[in-house]
Amino acid sequence: MSGMTTVTDEANALSHVHSTPDNAPRKSYTLATITFIYLLWSLVPVAIAVLFSFNSGRSRSVWQGFSLRWYIWDPEGSVLHNESLRSAVVHTLVLGVITTAIVVPLGVLFALALDRWRGRVPSGASFAVLLSFVVPEIALAIGLLFMITWLATPFELGTTAQVIGLITFQLSYPVVIVRARLLTIGTHYEEAARDLGASPLGAVRRVLLPMLYPAIFVSAILVFADVLDNFVLVRYLSANAASETTSMKIYNTARAAPTPALNAIATLILLASFAVVIVGYLAYRKWGRGQGEEGTGLGSMAAM
Amino acid sequence: MPAIAWMAVFFLIPLYVVLCVAFGKVDPVFRSAIPVWNPLEWSFTQLAIVVDRLVGPDNFYLPPVLRTIAYVVIAVAACLLIAFPVAWFTARHAGSHKALVLTLLVAPFWISYMMRMLAWVNLLQNDGWVNKIISLNGLLPTEQAWLSGRPTTVILGLIYGYVPYMILPLFAALDRISPSLLEAARDLGAGGFDVFRRVILPMSIPGVAAGMLLVCLPMMGDYFTNDLLSGSPGTSMIGNLINNSITTPGQSGQAAALLLIVLVVLSAPMIWYTRSTARSEVRS
Repeated sequence: MSGMTTVTDEANALSHVHSTPDNAPRKSYTLATITFIYLLWSLVPVAIAVLFSFNSGRSRSVWQGFSLRWYIWDPEGSVLHNESLRSAVVHTLVLGVITTAIVVPLGVLFALALDRWRGRVPSGASFAVLLSFVVPEIALAIGLLFMITWLATPFELGTTAQVIGLITFQLSYPVVIVRARLLTIGTHYEEAARDLGASPLGAVRRVLLPMLYPAIFVSAILVFADVLDNFVLVRYLSANAASETTSMKIYNTARAAPTPALNAIATLILLASFAVVIVGYLAYRKWGRGQGEEGTGLGSMAAM
Repeated sequence: MPAIAWMAVFFLIPLYVVLCVAFGKVDPVFRSAIPVWNPLEWSFTQLAIVVDRLVGPDNFYLPPVLRTIAYVVIAVAACLLIAFPVAWFTARHAGSHKALVLTLLVAPFWISYMMRMLAWVNLLQNDGWVNKIISLNGLLPTEQAWLSGRPTTVILGLIYGYVPYMILPLFAALDRISPSLLEAARDLGAGGFDVFRRVILPMSIPGVAAGMLLVCLPMMGDYFTNDLLSGSPGTSMIGNLINNSITTPGQSGQAAALLLIVLVVLSAPMIWYTRSTARSEVRS
């Protein structure tokens, strides 16, 4: 990142030397204003929503003082005491953890298989993975719903169905990210390990896998955060109030005169997501140091 | 191997079931859908019902479809107009703030979509902050009901929801343009506009295309933005048609047929994107 900046700065400096009449500073001032306004517009509404989760009154538009009423104190409406609100938060987090725990190992194996194995089947499979990236979520959700309704599947609507749907939908993240990393690593390290006497499996486990850790980690974070955000799949595959997630709760009650407790559960999920991203970012920087990793995470983010 | 089996079972079979339901029969008594598993026995009853509602004499599916196209076109264009300067600024002029700006641009991805919509529901309520600001805190009598079926609100919601998906691919494309290339263009006598038109624009086309696709495809199936920000049938879109059919008992067949039509129409851009991504992966 810093390397990039210096290049840009140099270019700016050079264009000053050339003294172009287009005076770049004025132009970038306009652009800066647009960007600034855009960022305000995109983030301030959410900040206000977070703020109102701490409102001491029932209103979500009139500030009546700071309180944790809607988190802890209110005996009926607070997240802590209201069964359905609490279960929505817990269920969302549970789905996030289970899905991530299954989808990341599965995706890494898939990426390794696609990287090794040439032919019709893997190229078809890799096409399917990329396709599952762009197929509208609603299509997959309805397909799974129909499948569970009309085919004799060994599971029913509810948590299991939700996890299965989420795994299918999220599988592409680890596959795409880990494959990209595999391509940059190349085969030399593994070959060297083999030459030094490592078994094929040992070479993968002791040499390749540690090099993949940052990519695996990034995909785990992406999957987790994306599951917390999921709505369409989770809703169609839910069974009853027990499998209601936070996003469903928002959808179901946002227009029905909710209390700030709704903002509170949204804020809690937001915090969970941010916490994972920040922890992940710090760990990633520690790992990625010296591996020329920088940009991969952003690159893969951008690819999405 | 297990992953391939997984994709086959839980990705391909569901899509096949959608086909079977869409080409299935209608129960003569309950009018509900019966899937037909054998492709040779597929019937076109459900599809005929949907096509009839689309272009037949009683075409109550048509307005939402046209509306979807109009909303999506406006929203995608607006996303592009917003995203281009922001991405360009971040890629070129952010200087030492680049990391910070980029973090803030990525932030919406970590905020749940529903929360972002909830934030606007709060602001746009009748006694919300938007009305307060417009009416100068009650001085002017402008009580606007933003949340009861206004196309403007829905389109703004769509833009707000999806513009981050446009900015990042665009940023990635613009960031890749070497500054020396722009300098070369200037040195060869190109003015500011010429540089934009003949260098920046052509080089940003892949990013623009990817961004437009990433923004457009989910909008086509979106029904929740509409339900949260309007809830009125006067602004319903294709996604709402599909969702309403799913939640109404006995209409799964129509939902499947509608979904199938949407998928067929969208398959060309989806396959194009998938193939170009696969190709660029191989190249890098």
